Amino acid sequence: MSHVVSPIREKLVTGGKSYSDVTHDICKQVEGEPTKEWKWAFGISSIVFIYGAYCLFYTWWQGIGVWGLNKTVGWAWDITNFVWWVGIGHAGTLISAVLLLFRQKWRTSINRSAEAMTIFAVLCAASFILAHMGRPWLAHWALPLPNAFGSLWVNFNSPLVWDVFAISTYLSVSLLFWYMGLVPDLASIRDRATTKGRKFWYGLFSLGWTGSSKTWARYEYMSLILAGISTPLVLSVHTIVSMDFATSVIPGWHTTIFPPYFVAGAIFSGFAMVQTLLLITRVVFKLEDYITIEHIEMMNIVITVTGSVVGIAYLTEFFIAWYSGVEYESYAFINRATGPYWWAYWMMMTCNVISPQLFWSKAIRTNLMVSFFLSIVVNVGMWFERFVIIVTSLHRDYLPSSWAMFSPTMYDIGDYIFSFGLFFTLFFLFAKYLPVVNMAEVKSVMKGVSSNFPEKKKATKKTEE
Amino acid sequence: MSSTTNYILGVYDDEDEVLHAVSEVKSKGIKIEDVFTPFPIHGLDRAVGHERTRLPIAAFMFGVLGLTCALSLISYTMVFDWPMIIGGKDFFALPNWIPVSFEGTVLFTAFGLVITFCISNNLYPGNQPDLLDLRITDDKFVMAINVDKNKKVSADDIKKALKDSGAIEVNVK
Repeated sequence: MSHVVSPIREKLVTGGKSYSDVTHDICKQVEGEPTKEWKWAFGISSIVFIYGAYCLFYTWWQGIGVWGLNKTVGWAWDITNFVWWVGIGHAGTLISAVLLLFRQKWRTSINRSAEAMTIFAVLCAASFILAHMGRPWLAHWALPLPNAFGSLWVNFNSPLVWDVFAISTYLSVSLLFWYMGLVPDLASIRDRATTKGRKFWYGLFSLGWTGSSKTWARYEYMSLILAGISTPLVLSVHTIVSMDFATSVIPGWHTTIFPPYFVAGAIFSGFAMVQTLLLITRVVFKLEDYITIEHIEMMNIVITVTGSVVGIAYLTEFFIAWYSGVEYESYAFINRATGPYWWAYWMMMTCNVISPQLFWSKAIRTNLMVSFFLSIVVNVGMWFERFVIIVTSLHRDYLPSSWAMFSPTMYDIGDYIFSFGLFFTLFFLFAKYLPVVNMAEVKSVMKGVSSNFPEKKKATKKTEE
Repeated sequence: MSSTTNYILGVYDDEDEVLHAVSEVKSKGIKIEDVFTPFPIHGLDRAVGHERTRLPIAAFMFGVLGLTCALSLISYTMVFDWPMIIGGKDFFALPNWIPVSFEGTVLFTAFGLVITFCISNNLYPGNQPDLLDLRITDDKFVMAINVDKNKKVSADDIKKALKDSGAIEVNVK
């Protein structure tokens, strides 16, 4: 396809790569022996995973009494971690769906790993949903299944049921979108395979892909429609998560600003997590020509924009708490900023509102070390945001005699560690056994936007549309 | 594709050249079976002569089905089978049902669409296609011409037409 690309645009793929170089560079990781760095990384994350799995097993076995919850603070790290992971899980679909609809070509080299990250983050979120039920083996009671209780159904008017549907739909649709994106690339590995095992497994999952023009035409329609339905889906998921809080009558939760504010926060933290992982991946797998400074800069710009939206939301909440004249609401917010949890509040303000503003400087947003550090700062801040919303709104309820503080036990911490173990173990497995960059899509945007693309190929001919 | 079919394959190494070659070869009265590429090329399917896909219609139908299923389930359970007064609201509380009906619509659309896509392209696990050239999924663009369907043009003329249109290799399979 002949792209019309402005000459002032930065090159999307650097290093004068040809199509064959792309296939070679990306398949290299899958075909070669695991590197020493990978073995270390995978080993450490597996140990973390096993320790976390022990803590989670203990929680399931003993019940959630092993957590630090009390009568006043009935939701703490469990729901904080759940919302945090679901938020992180928003970036992948946003990059692959929303940026596809907006025809942002820079997304092509990062969408695969971002989508993988999304799926793993949603799985981590699901582990907290199961754990916080207390009796996870009865999780199917949240589904409208015929049952032995005289056909007692779930309440479809409840945001908690909406959440079950939103998260499970999001997980399955993201998985489907990601897998269909993988099929042509799995076929590339199949056709290069030198071992029987690789030929079999990649052949099995590439579904007999041939690359015919008819298949590609249908494939593009399919991707477009999936992107079209995933865009409202991704926005609906965090909207519904926010309604878990917003439809309640707890001061500090009962606010109409929650849906857009949560969605902006989700994109903010998700992009930060993608940034963290990309900065590691591009160095470990030597993908500097595919994930360029331009990509890092674009990501940082999105982080600044969404971070500013989140900052405005914080201020609006405060203003409305005062302007509404509701004293309980005003107290909830004054207590957040100046009460016993003031440190969590100011941690959140510093990390989420002030730190991303540093990216207004080009020197900072194109500096890899600073970007890496700030991407972690943002996610620390976003964890504290959820902690502040959940715990500080609960810990001082209407009755001063029941005011309490929350302190986590080793199982609160252990279950959180479990989610990190799960996330990184899955991510490293993905990075070794699947192509981390969408080769077919990268090849389709190379012409005209790849530096030093052989001159002969740059000559555009008149083509029939 | 059965192995008894005779194909003449033109191998190209550039997406614009193959797109141009399609119309050039067609203008000589040669029927093109299909063109195989490592990535989608806009307009190639129409140039080859494939009809526009009806997948969007299928997707819409699946969406309507999903919406219908979701609304039927919710209204059956909440209005007819076990009505409960919740917040003093009507049993038929349509605004509250928007989230779940929306998710149902998306779920059915996505799975219906992908399954239809796989069936229409004969994609299934374990399918081992008879590939015309292993470099198609790497960096080569292959135009396949079925000799049996081109009785009027001799094989040599087909080969010459492919060469003239810019093919870097002409193979027979």
